[in-house]
Amino acid sequence: MGAEFVQISLTPILIGIFAAVACALPGNFLILRRQALIGDAISHVVLPGIVVAFLVTGTVAALPMLIGAAGAALLAVVLIEAVRRLGRIEPGAAMGVVFTTLFAAGVLLLERTDTASVHLDVQHALMGNLESLVWLEATGWRSLMDPAALAALPEELGRIAVVCAAMIVLTAVFWRWLTITTFDEAFARALGIPAAAVGLGLVIAAAVAAVAAFEAVGSIIVIAMFICPPAAARLMTERLDRQVLWSVAFAALSAVLGYVLAGYGPLWLGARHAVSAAGMIATVSGVILALACLYGPHRARVGAGRDAG
Amino acid sequence: MSPFLDALLLSAGYNAALVTVGAALLGIAAGATGTFLFLAKRALVSDAVAHATLPGVGLAFIAMVAMGGDGRSLPGLLAGSAASAWAGLLAIEWITRRTRLKEDAAIGAVLGVFFGLGVVLLTVVQTMGAGRQAGLEEFLLGATAGMLFADGVTIAAGGALALAAAWALRRPMTLVAFDRDYAAARGYDVRRVDLAMMALVMGVTVIGLKLVGLILIVALLIVPPVAARFWTERAGGVVWIAGAIGGASGYIGAAASAAAPDLPTGPIIVLVAAGIFALSLLFAPARGVAAAGARHRRFQRRVHRRQGLLALAHGDAIREPYTLRLLTREGLIRPDGVPTAAGRAQAAKVARDERRWAVARELFRDADLAGRHAGLTPIETIFTADEIAEIDRRLGGPAPAGGA
Repeated sequence: MGAEFVQISLTPILIGIFAAVACALPGNFLILRRQALIGDAISHVVLPGIVVAFLVTGTVAALPMLIGAAGAALLAVVLIEAVRRLGRIEPGAAMGVVFTTLFAAGVLLLERTDTASVHLDVQHALMGNLESLVWLEATGWRSLMDPAALAALPEELGRIAVVCAAMIVLTAVFWRWLTITTFDEAFARALGIPAAAVGLGLVIAAAVAAVAAFEAVGSIIVIAMFICPPAAARLMTERLDRQVLWSVAFAALSAVLGYVLAGYGPLWLGARHAVSAAGMIATVSGVILALACLYGPHRARVGAGRDAG
Repeated sequence: MSPFLDALLLSAGYNAALVTVGAALLGIAAGATGTFLFLAKRALVSDAVAHATLPGVGLAFIAMVAMGGDGRSLPGLLAGSAASAWAGLLAIEWITRRTRLKEDAAIGAVLGVFFGLGVVLLTVVQTMGAGRQAGLEEFLLGATAGMLFADGVTIAAGGALALAAAWALRRPMTLVAFDRDYAAARGYDVRRVDLAMMALVMGVTVIGLKLVGLILIVALLIVPPVAARFWTERAGGVVWIAGAIGGASGYIGAAASAAAPDLPTGPIIVLVAAGIFALSLLFAPARGVAAAGARHRRFQRRVHRRQGLLALAHGDAIREPYTLRLLTREGLIRPDGVPTAAGRAQAAKVARDERRWAVARELFRDADLAGRHAGLTPIETIFTADEIAEIDRRLGGPAPAGGA
């Protein structure tokens, strides 16, 4: 646990934790609103958003990417609504039509664009590359006090930390609005809460979390981070505030455990190469969810019969 | 454009032709199968099934290499992907039945976790046997380049088989998709029909894995039925049209991909399907946006015309610009707003019909009448001449137009 750990593992673990927490927070509300699959749709359209942002600006700077992805998420939501209303198509199918089309367009654009000079290719976009976000300038724990070394931290770390902090602040500030609109939209409107705006804001926040996390873990594993920790947390408690805390704990646990298992697990088993950390984080979050389904204290449905809801 | 044309005419080589035909068969099977999923409002289950194939591909490769094989045999990889897709389906069902989590959360969780596990296994595969390129990444987005003859046969045969199965099961699946209770009352085992439908979805997914890729195969199951829904109101019709749309997308997409081998096949096929969907959304005769717009304008015109003529009959001035334009264009009023002879005649008829309707509503206290846009429909298309004569008798003599 010396210099090598700080160099190789510290930043990916931190990025993993921030990404998992940033996704889990909006995920709690998406699940309760039965919009879990909006997370699915958003994470797929992040790719075209980023590609278009890259084509327009020519760089992979953070801000255009975030704007592009948020714009793509917004476009996807509008298109889904349009297909649903104009074509009278049920929401799931409308979603499926829109996000697969946008995703296909994004992949083709990306394949046709010369992105050799920048770090942007389909496979990383899908699977992420957490391991590459290392801090080579560090010489040990003491580097945390060294401004020169700190300046060389991977910039993804700062970005995802900011997004994660923003998610925490937004969740805290809009807590009352979020809870009321989630559980009783009509009541919320009667109180004068802009329920539609809150819903749209939640989707955009999820898109921002998705794009920030996407750099580290890829666009599909993000779905696991949106859904698994909050879903497991939902089986642990009846109170929303505790559910959110549980989900944050599960998210952080998945990130740490997943990274460690991916980086060191194969070595313990005698293999010589590490496996994908992002994939392992998703797997661990799935194991946590499975355990919660088996043993979570509030796993069963209460009240209505088995087939209700 | 010439290589594309060659591929379209199946003359770009034997393999390319086989792949193109295979893609068309797969598209037909996917469109027809997806229809039942769409009608049952469970379209996105297929997304989880598709993503859940990835760990199976990795495991099958590892197992085949461990047994001393090559690891790249397509039937072996497909068998593995089918097994893990089935595990994913069971996981979704288990989560929704056993816990209070809803199906959407279960779908998302299975999708993300299985894909994550698959990525882990892919990195394991990459580190096996130094430098061997397994090419398993092609399963993500599909590729026709470098496809073997045997692969083409597998896809074509699998597509034909799935299509035959969908055809054989069409009646129970339609019934279950629309009304589970009725299907159960008719003696179908609903749960088994459900499982059969899911098995079919899984089959299409697995067959399409190599061609379209696991991320986008779901589009072939969802987009054609949604597009087909615009063209017909009959479930059987949706199945046929969805099959045709899926087949056309597969055919055109695979041909385009054969002409441009460095582009992934899956996205091209999906974009062709999406183009057909967009055309259907806009231009389908009954449910399309353009048709709905035309219908709306027609209705608007009838309402404005009638209100304008009633105003003429009562001697009121018309100020609404659209009404003025409409009546002027039809020659019913002069540009200064004064009715022409034809306008006065029409106004008198509308006013008379209006009074007839009032009497008719008194005479036939019938809820059915209220729903017929009383007034917009010419009265003689609804009542017989005898009935109208009776109405006129009660109405008394004719009154002059113009309110006098």
